[in-house]
Amino acid sequence: MNWESVIGLEIHVQLATNSKIFSGASTHYGAEPNAQACAVDLGLPGVLPVLNERAVEMAIKFGLAIGAKINLHSVFDRKNYFYPDLPKGYQISQFETPIVGEGSIVIALEDGTERTVGVTRAHLEEDAGKSIHDLFPGQTGVDLNRTGTPLLEIVSEPDFRTAKEASAYFRQMHTLVRYLQICDGNLAEGSMRCDANVSVRPYGQEEFGERTEIKNINSFRFVERAIDYEIGRQIDVLESGGIIERETRLFDPDKDETRSMRSKEFSEDYRYFPDPDLLPLTFSQALVDKIALTLPELPDAKRTRYVEQLGLSEYDARALSSDLDRSEFFEVAVNACNNAKQATNWIMGDLSAYLNRNSLEISASPVSAAQLAVLITRLDDQTLSSKTAKTLFDGLWNKADSSQDVDALIKEMNLAQVSDDGELTRIIEKLIEDNPAQFEELRNGKDKMLGFFVGQVMKMTQGKANPQQVNEIIRAKL
Amino acid sequence: MTDQDNTEINVTHLARLGRLAIPSSSHASTAQELQNIIAMIDAMQSVDTDGIEPLSHPLDSEQLLRADVVSETDSREAFQNNAPKTEDGYYLVPRVVD
Repeated sequence: MNWESVIGLEIHVQLATNSKIFSGASTHYGAEPNAQACAVDLGLPGVLPVLNERAVEMAIKFGLAIGAKINLHSVFDRKNYFYPDLPKGYQISQFETPIVGEGSIVIALEDGTERTVGVTRAHLEEDAGKSIHDLFPGQTGVDLNRTGTPLLEIVSEPDFRTAKEASAYFRQMHTLVRYLQICDGNLAEGSMRCDANVSVRPYGQEEFGERTEIKNINSFRFVERAIDYEIGRQIDVLESGGIIERETRLFDPDKDETRSMRSKEFSEDYRYFPDPDLLPLTFSQALVDKIALTLPELPDAKRTRYVEQLGLSEYDARALSSDLDRSEFFEVAVNACNNAKQATNWIMGDLSAYLNRNSLEISASPVSAAQLAVLITRLDDQTLSSKTAKTLFDGLWNKADSSQDVDALIKEMNLAQVSDDGELTRIIEKLIEDNPAQFEELRNGKDKMLGFFVGQVMKMTQGKANPQQVNEIIRAKL
Repeated sequence: MTDQDNTEINVTHLARLGRLAIPSSSHASTAQELQNIIAMIDAMQSVDTDGIEPLSHPLDSEQLLRADVVSETDSREAFQNNAPKTEDGYYLVPRVVD
């Protein structure tokens, strides 16, 4: 039988606030265990949550960016369950009335086509703490620093048919929240995680099959692998006559498989109800309009501008605009050197290669955008040849000093092209004298010999001669 | 009493959700008490609420917001004095694995 899979994603985005969503404790990553868990986070008796206005603004900003309806009135609910890293016994979330309603986002697929994906809703909630199972024999250690970190949970429509589409959406959301600067986008630190809802159905069937939920996937690669595994597993179960049970599963990247997480005989029942500690969240359209003015140029608009105004290819424009840091680097360089094509080539070529080789992000590039711009300017004015430019780039990379003056380094490394007519003429005259037979051949119309002479001059000047100039001087001797 | 009388109340399930220890000897009486509460809610359901906005909070007021400022300092030691068991800054609980 032919099967079709149906996938939806719930993405949890940690909002980049300084303090927690309902308390004044710091959200800074990497503190000593429980050093940033205050009385509110611990759920001690008598405390009251007070909502962080920054978290609200960030949620609104996100909603505007996906063209969603912003609900001027929304409600916080309690989602009740018991787990040691949730000291209150409930998570404050939004159930029936989320702050952000229906919206959409455009994703690019590998074949170059685009698809619009529906976003059902996005709501504010608090993160839970962390349980550490492998540090204390027979016990679980609980670190509540993460408790109360503001989360925006973004729920997609079940619009994906392949794992690749789902991971393209995850990446696109990552790009977007980085552009909006509402999340640091650090997947390794858990700043963005997702749950995938997966089901399969016979091709052509209208209704969905029973679904499972894969929890807490925190890398682009794992999204794809986890979903692909789960699709295969469900098809296997169905084809051997079994049924899919609605359950929560965990992806194990080491074994490349998902496994059941909670006992099946016990269905989840969160018993949501409005949190009496929190009043309804109400704000004015004026606030929404004010936040709309702070929206940056979004990835799609940037890509279009790169193509239409800077003349980049669709591929280059997409690659540069898909990452905020890369696009900023690019724009600083282009503004300074006014050569978009060269800036693109260097960033996508040598710079990317060097960064990859050293596992560095572009934000940590040892060669600054301003330095790259000077390098390109010196290529354009023919101070550098393409060969010496590469040598200079390597030199800048090794210096790793953004205050290094590029022209000074060109001098220091003796890379400027020899463009002094007098010196080049002397070298060429000497060459002709030493190679009379070859020069005779050239004079008799054997143009290939020109290459020989130019090559020799380049060799003698360690690549610093301007080939065009060398050509002209030799031709003048004929 | 209403036809809700026939709703089967699974006390074991509800007790587990709420992490409540209800001895099996009182399951029947607990079920009856819950049945009475449902009956009361049913009575409220019969009120005509057409055109009335849902109420999510009894106070007729709006949520006040706080500025995004870190106001808390590390009070781990004081908090952990209350905890039955801690080590290396962690709260320790009996092992839970999904």
